[in-house]
Amino acid sequence: MNYLASLSPIYAEMFLLVMVCAILIVDLFIVNYTKTVTYLLTQTSLFCTVLILLFTHQPGAAHLFNDMFVHDVMSYVLKVFICLAVMAMLLYSRSYLLVRGLFTGEFLALVMFATLGMMVMTSASNFLTLYLGLELLALSLYAMVALQRDSAIATESAMKYFILGAMASGFLLYGMSMLYGATGSLDINRIADVIQHGTPNKSLLVFGLVFIVAGLAFKLGAVPFHMWVPDVYHGAPTAVTMFIGTAPKLAAFAFVMRILVEALQPLMIHWSGMLMILAVLSMAVGNITAIAQTNLKRMFAYSTIAHMGFLLLGVLSGTIEGYGSAMFYAMVYVLMSLGGFGMIMLLSREGFEADTLNDFKGLNQRSPWLAFMMLLLMFSMAGVPPTVGFYAKFSVLNAALDAGHLTLVVMAVLFSLIGAFYYLRIVKLMYFDAPESHEKIYIQPDSSLLVSLNGMAILLLGIFPNTLMSVCFVSVQQSLLQ
Amino acid sequence: MDMQTLYLLVPLAPLVGAIAAGLFGKVLGRAWSHRITIALVGVSFAVSVVIFQDVMGGHIFNGSVYKWMSSGSTTFEVGFLIDRLTVMMMLVVTFVSLMVHIYTIGYMEEDPGYQRFFSYISLFTFSMLMLVMANNFMQLFFGWEAVGLVSYLLIGFWYTRPTAIYANLKAFLVNRVGDFGFLLGICLVLMVFGTLDYQSVFANAHNYVNDMAPIPGMSVGLLTAICILLFIGAMGKSAQFPLHVWLPDSMEGPTPISALIHAATMVTAGIFMVARMSPLFELSETALSFVMVIGAITALFMGFLGIIQNDIKRVVAYSTLSQLGYMTVALGASAYSVAVFHLMTHAFFKALLFLAAGSVIIAMHHDQDIRNMGGLRKYMRWTWITSLIGTLALIGTPLFSGFYSKDSIIEAVALSHLPGSGFAYFAVVAGVFVTAFYSFRMYFLVFHGEERFGKDHHDHQGDHADEETSHDHHHGLKPGQKPHETSWVVTLPLILLAIPSMFIGYITIEPMLYGDYFLDSIYIAEGHHAMAELREEFHGAFGMALHALTTLPFWFALAGAVSAWFFYLKRPDIPEAIKQKLSFIYTVLEQKYYFDRFNDWFFAGGARGVSGLLWKFGDVKLIDGFFVNGSAKVVGMFSGVLRGLQTGYVYHYAFWMIIGVSALLTVRTWFE
Repeated sequence: MNYLASLSPIYAEMFLLVMVCAILIVDLFIVNYTKTVTYLLTQTSLFCTVLILLFTHQPGAAHLFNDMFVHDVMSYVLKVFICLAVMAMLLYSRSYLLVRGLFTGEFLALVMFATLGMMVMTSASNFLTLYLGLELLALSLYAMVALQRDSAIATESAMKYFILGAMASGFLLYGMSMLYGATGSLDINRIADVIQHGTPNKSLLVFGLVFIVAGLAFKLGAVPFHMWVPDVYHGAPTAVTMFIGTAPKLAAFAFVMRILVEALQPLMIHWSGMLMILAVLSMAVGNITAIAQTNLKRMFAYSTIAHMGFLLLGVLSGTIEGYGSAMFYAMVYVLMSLGGFGMIMLLSREGFEADTLNDFKGLNQRSPWLAFMMLLLMFSMAGVPPTVGFYAKFSVLNAALDAGHLTLVVMAVLFSLIGAFYYLRIVKLMYFDAPESHEKIYIQPDSSLLVSLNGMAILLLGIFPNTLMSVCFVSVQQSLLQ
Repeated sequence: MDMQTLYLLVPLAPLVGAIAAGLFGKVLGRAWSHRITIALVGVSFAVSVVIFQDVMGGHIFNGSVYKWMSSGSTTFEVGFLIDRLTVMMMLVVTFVSLMVHIYTIGYMEEDPGYQRFFSYISLFTFSMLMLVMANNFMQLFFGWEAVGLVSYLLIGFWYTRPTAIYANLKAFLVNRVGDFGFLLGICLVLMVFGTLDYQSVFANAHNYVNDMAPIPGMSVGLLTAICILLFIGAMGKSAQFPLHVWLPDSMEGPTPISALIHAATMVTAGIFMVARMSPLFELSETALSFVMVIGAITALFMGFLGIIQNDIKRVVAYSTLSQLGYMTVALGASAYSVAVFHLMTHAFFKALLFLAAGSVIIAMHHDQDIRNMGGLRKYMRWTWITSLIGTLALIGTPLFSGFYSKDSIIEAVALSHLPGSGFAYFAVVAGVFVTAFYSFRMYFLVFHGEERFGKDHHDHQGDHADEETSHDHHHGLKPGQKPHETSWVVTLPLILLAIPSMFIGYITIEPMLYGDYFLDSIYIAEGHHAMAELREEFHGAFGMALHALTTLPFWFALAGAVSAWFFYLKRPDIPEAIKQKLSFIYTVLEQKYYFDRFNDWFFAGGARGVSGLLWKFGDVKLIDGFFVNGSAKVVGMFSGVLRGLQTGYVYHYAFWMIIGVSALLTVRTWFE
């Protein structure tokens, strides 16, 4: 019994695993194609996971399984947000997938497995667990992209994703093995300890670090490891794109924190130099290429690349403020992505994807409220006050400036200025152009309520950003103190 | 009620009236609109009288009532300086304004913009009061701009007429030139003195007598620069050469407004301002000299233009220009009190002349051409008598108010020793003849001689092309129709204004000029003794009138009047002959010395040319074409290139990843 009580930090993951297996079995007996029972069960289990997280959380960090697993404030906060993001994503995408016959038990199970993978990643304290979580997430994602078996574009992008993802995993494993060779350990704290106090082979370490950064950059979608992002975002069903674009970014942030900051903090001078290159390239390529896109999903893909550049800017500052603002940025990004893809799905119907820029023409005339929500989202992505996107950018830039990266900050501002063009173009299309179709927009009450909440959250968090901001700072601070 | 509340009441009462008539005019209706505004201006006048008595009792107020904002150590406040100069201006403004308000009932009777008009003139009264009551430059500037704005609105009151729009735009733009100088002057004051408060600026001014102005490439005394810049503002507002061009055109506005703004009050703002700034101007002889010469040019040359005008309002307008020139000359001669004295007497008789002209215009059914009038004396008794009084006052007939002020100016100029005072003396003396000539020309053509109305009209002849357009409003009398006297709301203000036009000079010259009325308000430097010498020569108002009979100006005025009688009543063929013979001079005068032509060609045309250039080259090509669209194009180009990198081949993608890793490796291993 005592042993079971000591497992309380991992209760949430355990519960989720049990529920995935249960859902897989239950789903076999459900013939109804709307899968209402499976869906509700999934949502309930995710909700219960959040509850378990809330109730089992104790201050301080808990280590389990010989330091393979750590549950600290950062992982706690990120896990809660991951679960909430996944729930919102399911809510948004249900009717979209139903219409296309993709709302299957497999999809729901894959989502849950991916969620489990993300949770493991955020709590990993050992390269093995880290990789385990990562691959659980990645494999689920590959399968989800290929969910639409009959679509050539979807299978093509799934293939690309899988091949490139395998390559990135190879980089990552290669880098990890070199670190193991240099330090003799896979344990994150131990590695940090050895680098700090021992005499590991320096060039071996840096060599390993390069490969690890390349792997990380792939997961985040930073230039030049970003090539998969537009194709996958474009090819996958919008619901899957939304999934890829949201919660996994939070996990990826945790991943970066665990490896670069917790394990390789002493090598900061090396990795922050590399991240600088990646960040600038990402902001440049992301923002500039997005301008040339006519497909909204591709545009969001490039916008994601640019946003990841910003996130890296926070991380490479190497200060608590930097990490905290990067975490804040990741959360805000997830919120904006949910809204953006949610909007595409809201406007789509059977046989119509609503994913080109022209589909947004004259939205104001067709539905002023949705147009206003989209306006808030676009303003936030462009970083226009008083939306929360402004504070996210502002705090990252502030942190980078405090760390002395003036040139980077100037470049970041210039590139986001360029980026403002394609966000505001959407606003222009919605408000000043004539609609191409006057078909009535039919929206589910649940998703329309959610999109309103989403837009309002962006506005309200923009006006009162302090609570979320301090949550981020506190969690980063607490986790790094151990 | 304590005095401070009363001070506030003076400007705020007309403001309330303006708001009531302006925003709620439709609800209130015509009658209530004029009742309310007139009552409130009446209150303002009554309170001014009370304040006048208080100030005469020796109570001078200088303090702020409201702090608007503060920036660093500079505070911007609304404050009042109530001394004898201020209170005199308050009386003049509120009294003339009250008269004009009453008169408007008759003049604007049929106009659809009735309430709007009352709102504007009340707003003007408020603005002008704020200007004169100010105790700091900020509020002065506020009032300055506000009267400019109302003037703009009123000149263009009949906004459907193209000429009115042209005139109000012209007035606005010309005043902008002046206001720019004025603003620069205020900025310089703020920069040097660090405050905008009159009292502290005046108190410290003498410390800067030897300083140089911070103008690169020029060595100008600091105070000279400040004074000339401020005076440029006055040149705009008080229509001094060469910024006078807007005033004749401003006659496009309704006549009451010509009387209130463009004769009696607003145009005197510049004169008042210079008098108020006497502690500054006194410290710069260069500035005084400049002021005097500008004034002299205006006084003489604008008078000439009055001779050939045929529009009744324009004759009076040019006479106003000329009289403003007289006031300016007096300022230059350090005779500030004389200038202000003339300002006051002029306000009464010029308002009278304008309102009388308006009365004639009503009777003539809005025909303004004096060649279509004549013999109106028989039909319009009151207008005739009051006009005669106004004319006599204007030309400086002894015992009339204009005489005392104008004669004092001439004397003061004679006593001045500044450079340019010789020319100024010549100009003001010659101006007397000119004034008498054009004033009586108009008087005779309108009220005496042959009855020319009800016949074919002059205004469709081509010789007055520029005035032609302003006549589209009027109808003129039909053949056989006789003019008749206007209603009591028109004649009552005429009578009320005729009284001070006759007597105010006689009564007030002694206390205002030679008593200590302006002792606290106006400062005269040690070296400038024009006023002191005048005081020695002065032996009572009546004695002055008697003495004048032996002096040059009196005979000049008489000569002017007589020659006007001879040329226009006795031998009307002579002016025609002169016009034929001296067609060159006539054309120059007709074209107003080609100022409008020059301004239109050089400033307006030049500005259009330069802005066209800036637009086509600077904006379209350079900013839009190169910077805005150019950078957008570059970004777009890059965008296309980067998009092309996304080939869709998975081995390209993998290749990029390898390149990325290699690059990172290279950077990390090579450069460590």
